Amino acid sequence: MTENHSPLEQFTIKRIFDLNLGGIDVSFTNSAAFMMVSIILIGSLMILGARKKLLIPNRWQNLVEITYELVAKTVRDNIGDEGKKFFPFIFSLFIFILFCNGLGLIPYSFTVTSHIIVTFTFATLVFVGVTVLGFFRHGLKFFSIFLPPGVPIFLAPLLIPIEIISYLSRPVSLSVRLAANMMAGHTMIKVFAGFVVALGLYGIAPLLFLVAIYALETLIAFLQAYVFAVLTCLYLNDAIHMQH
Amino acid sequence: MEVEAAKLIGAGLATIGVAGAGVGIGTIFGQYVAGGFRNPSASSKQFGNVLLGFALTEAVALYALVVAFLILYGF
Repeated sequence: MTENHSPLEQFTIKRIFDLNLGGIDVSFTNSAAFMMVSIILIGSLMILGARKKLLIPNRWQNLVEITYELVAKTVRDNIGDEGKKFFPFIFSLFIFILFCNGLGLIPYSFTVTSHIIVTFTFATLVFVGVTVLGFFRHGLKFFSIFLPPGVPIFLAPLLIPIEIISYLSRPVSLSVRLAANMMAGHTMIKVFAGFVVALGLYGIAPLLFLVAIYALETLIAFLQAYVFAVLTCLYLNDAIHMQH
Repeated sequence: MEVEAAKLIGAGLATIGVAGAGVGIGTIFGQYVAGGFRNPSASSKQFGNVLLGFALTEAVALYALVVAFLILYGF
């Protein structure tokens, strides 16, 4: 553990089991291991917590109900009644990102969502899904989201390219927001931890600051998962209702 | 100029973009507090919007940070 000199060393991917399928490297990495831990934790919390189905919930069932109601309220407020079909998707997205962010807070662990390829996969799924959904529902009239209603016609050649660029930048912004938040936060934690060790007895000052940063990082872990879910709901609302 | 020196200068300059996010986040929370003084009963309903606005503005600061990291380690 004393060989980790750089604060960016925590993001390296290490292979745990080597596996080669026809020339493609599908080894079991630490990223995959933490994804599995996250799924096991989510499954055990949700299934075991609500197993007894008490009318007056105990602590674990209350936690499950609060999480469910938070995501259900978000979906209901942003999409409306048609959003019920998308609730399992939004809930899975939210709870998986939340647990992956939260697991990364444990010292010496690995943050799955700090890699741009992971968050880019999430964002591409959302973007492609929303666009395909829009085309299935509205046909070619889906292109009218690029021209907001009530815009004078001489502004249209200026506005439509801007709208197209902002639509195409959605997966980029969605993925970079999550990955950069995770990477920046954890790098800052490691940098300050290095200060604590280097200062010896006076390391109490950066240690107190580290406590504050950990609190901020816990808030950010939850907030980024919530923002991802809310933005997915907003994009779905755009595609389904198209008042834009 | 050597590439290493140019990378360091570029990364330092790219970090200036974080200042805009400081202004933005201060504006959001300042407006929330000011609105709370005018209409205290409505402020609890807006807290969700405040957090959403904070996260979206923070993302812009992190885009600048990503550019700085790209310059420093990507090229």
